[in-house]
Amino acid sequence: MHPIIKLVSQRLALGLLLLFGASALIFGLTEALPGDAAQAVLGQSATPEALANLREEMGLNRPALTRYFDWLGGIVQGDLGKSLTNKLDIADSIGKRLGNTLFLASVAAIVSVPLAIFLGLLAVRFRNRWPDKLISAITLTTVSIPEFLIGYVLVYFISVKLGWFSSLAMVNDSMSIGQKLYAVALPAFVLTLVVLAQMMRMTRAAILNLMQSAYIETAELKGLSTFQVIARHAFPNAISPIVNVVMLNLAYLVVGVVVVEVVFVYPGMGQYLVDAVTKRDVPVVLACGVVFAAVYIGLNMVADIVSIVANPRLRHPK
Amino acid sequence: MNEQLTHMTKQVTAGKLTRREFMGKAAALGVSAAMASTMFAGAARAAGPKKGGDLKFGLQGGESTNSLDPATYASSVPFQNGKQFGDQLVEVAPDGTIEPRLAESVEGSADAKVWTFKLRQGVEFHNGKTMTSEDVLKTMERHSNEDSKSGALGIMKGIESMKADGDNFQVTLTEPNADLPYLMADYHLIVQPDGGMEDPGAGIGTGPYQVEVNEPGVRHVYKKFANHWNPDFGNFDSVEVIVINDATARTAALQSGQVHAVNRVEPKVADLLGRAPNLTVHSTAGRGHYVFIMHCDTAPFDNNELRLALKHAINRQDLVDKVLRGYGTIGNDMPINAAYPLFDGSIPQREFSVEKAAEHYKKSGHDGSPIILQVADGAFPGAVDAAALFQQTAAQAGIPLEIKREPNDGYWSEVWNVQPFCASYWGGRPVQDQMYSTAYLSTADWNDTRFKVPAFDEMLFQARAELDNDKRKDIYSQMGQMVRNEGGVICPMFNDFVEGVSNQLEGWESDPTQEMMNGNMSRKMWFS
Repeated sequence: MHPIIKLVSQRLALGLLLLFGASALIFGLTEALPGDAAQAVLGQSATPEALANLREEMGLNRPALTRYFDWLGGIVQGDLGKSLTNKLDIADSIGKRLGNTLFLASVAAIVSVPLAIFLGLLAVRFRNRWPDKLISAITLTTVSIPEFLIGYVLVYFISVKLGWFSSLAMVNDSMSIGQKLYAVALPAFVLTLVVLAQMMRMTRAAILNLMQSAYIETAELKGLSTFQVIARHAFPNAISPIVNVVMLNLAYLVVGVVVVEVVFVYPGMGQYLVDAVTKRDVPVVLACGVVFAAVYIGLNMVADIVSIVANPRLRHPK
Repeated sequence: MNEQLTHMTKQVTAGKLTRREFMGKAAALGVSAAMASTMFAGAARAAGPKKGGDLKFGLQGGESTNSLDPATYASSVPFQNGKQFGDQLVEVAPDGTIEPRLAESVEGSADAKVWTFKLRQGVEFHNGKTMTSEDVLKTMERHSNEDSKSGALGIMKGIESMKADGDNFQVTLTEPNADLPYLMADYHLIVQPDGGMEDPGAGIGTGPYQVEVNEPGVRHVYKKFANHWNPDFGNFDSVEVIVINDATARTAALQSGQVHAVNRVEPKVADLLGRAPNLTVHSTAGRGHYVFIMHCDTAPFDNNELRLALKHAINRQDLVDKVLRGYGTIGNDMPINAAYPLFDGSIPQREFSVEKAAEHYKKSGHDGSPIILQVADGAFPGAVDAAALFQQTAAQAGIPLEIKREPNDGYWSEVWNVQPFCASYWGGRPVQDQMYSTAYLSTADWNDTRFKVPAFDEMLFQARAELDNDKRKDIYSQMGQMVRNEGGVICPMFNDFVEGVSNQLEGWESDPTQEMMNGNMSRKMWFS
């Protein structure tokens, strides 16, 4: 078997095991939280009678293990079940939410990844001169300001004062792709600012590290321009660390943007998960948790594979 | 000048002058903006409602876990949803009287035990079916039977039997209750086809708008229902309820015109927001109140001297000024204020007094160990700040108050109605009887102060059966004083509903029952 195929299948099996472990952990932690879905739904208006009736209806009277294995049995057959609180099909709700989250993440990624790498290369080209310092200063500033603050400032100036973009990033199925892009412009911009710095700095550091090597000197001596040296000779060898940090940031764009979702009222996965945790809606929490874990595991796997493919020594192990 | 103004208002009424033109011309005549705005609203109202347009709400209080099932409503967005697609039998009007909705009239027997609702005929559900008395009966059964998990279960308890009889729906009570029509106005009691027994979350009702999109926690879209029984209700082509839980995002959406009305404007930004030219901030005195509650049966709060000491040790005006920024009124350690019918305004106001607090504290013989007050931000907005202010004023009287901050998450299940001294809020009820029976009757599930006084219960039942309003008012006054002097509730303030409404909307009415005109904005307002 080709070593890469073998590696991918090994990683996939391990990933499944990890997913299983993650779901058990999430279930255990959600159970450990005080209160249950019935209490959370009824809130201040809970009477003992209504509580008992609601628990019965939600099936919360059954032992925790039975409920977990019921859920596991369902998910193996591709059935995510129904929400405890609003009885809607989880797969349906998650489908829409995940679509929205991925859309926003993709828009932010399409802008931020090439931009970060380009800025990184530029910073190396002009290292320790003003363009390098300017790039670092700006990106480090934007990553240091909390994203909700950037969000509020943008909302205040760009949508309230100038009226250029909408402060509500509401997207739905009936909108065209252009309308959707317009709607997510502000949150995507904020996310770009948040993830730019780490990727840019990693690109810069990884390439600078290589610039000391003998073959770079050779390339310089044979008369290539500085930028060509960086792009053709240094960058391919720096791909592995860069891909790793890019994938981590992509994963962040999918799983870690609940604050931006709240500020821009974006109907993504983060808000869905937070609501479900507050209401102790265990099947929804599990479903979201597994999706997030899968995204994380999947992207990390991609990073590993790319590093291997990009490195001849790992590609042809002795 | 006067003639000219009169002429202008006539033009507005005739629809010949827009708001902008009117304001401009009025300013030229030297009329202040506030005055001109009022005159315009009056003139526009006289012109009568216009039809059309898409109304958008930006509301706090919606979650991805919401259902359209009326039995589950416990927050603002579901409450608004119910008001769009559904009707109750009756509604509490802004002036506190009973307004007919699906019932044309209500009649009580002389002893106030049997109540007959004469149902409106020819009312159509959104699924095309015609409403019958059976549908009404089944709806009420679903909210009151043994399997019920309805938020209205508590108020349906006194019902002995119900029956559907031709065009009438009849309720027989175990005890007389002169306020039964008010109970039937509860927002959970939306009439559904077959009582919603089959599919309660389908969102099918008789309301002026029908469900088009239902994405809990995101948005709910409704379109005008052409066959609504009252053509005067519902002037918009569509209504969209957008869930915006973040306060800053909500005000930004209103300012930039993406929504036409928002609820829960934060008191600290209300003044600033009100200066924006395109919107008005409405503050409505309601019946909701913020409280610190002590369990009357748990030491050290089982000592009335200690309770009185704490009641005297809180500076109510200071809390209204600092926590509510003036958007509210001071409380008097009872759950009733002037917004209730039959309120006795002559009950003396309890004042902040270090001397009296210290005196009662001394009499209580408390050992001086810290008194623990549990609070969370979710108890009411500003609860933690309010507790800190309370702690400072109590310390002046030598009462050692210790604040224990709890997480919002799980507060209503772990702290409220469980721990002996904590912060909480009440939304208020349309009538005094309902407020007292919900939280101050010995046997009430939500008796969160463990106030168990047989004489009080007796007076409550007596007032309930009394049809003479003067006598009732007298009994309620005594009950109020009893709670004020012996109860476990420290009620520093009644909060106003603070809402932001676009100036494009006309027809605003203050309604103390619930927020956003008691959910009736989409029925009664219109675009100018």
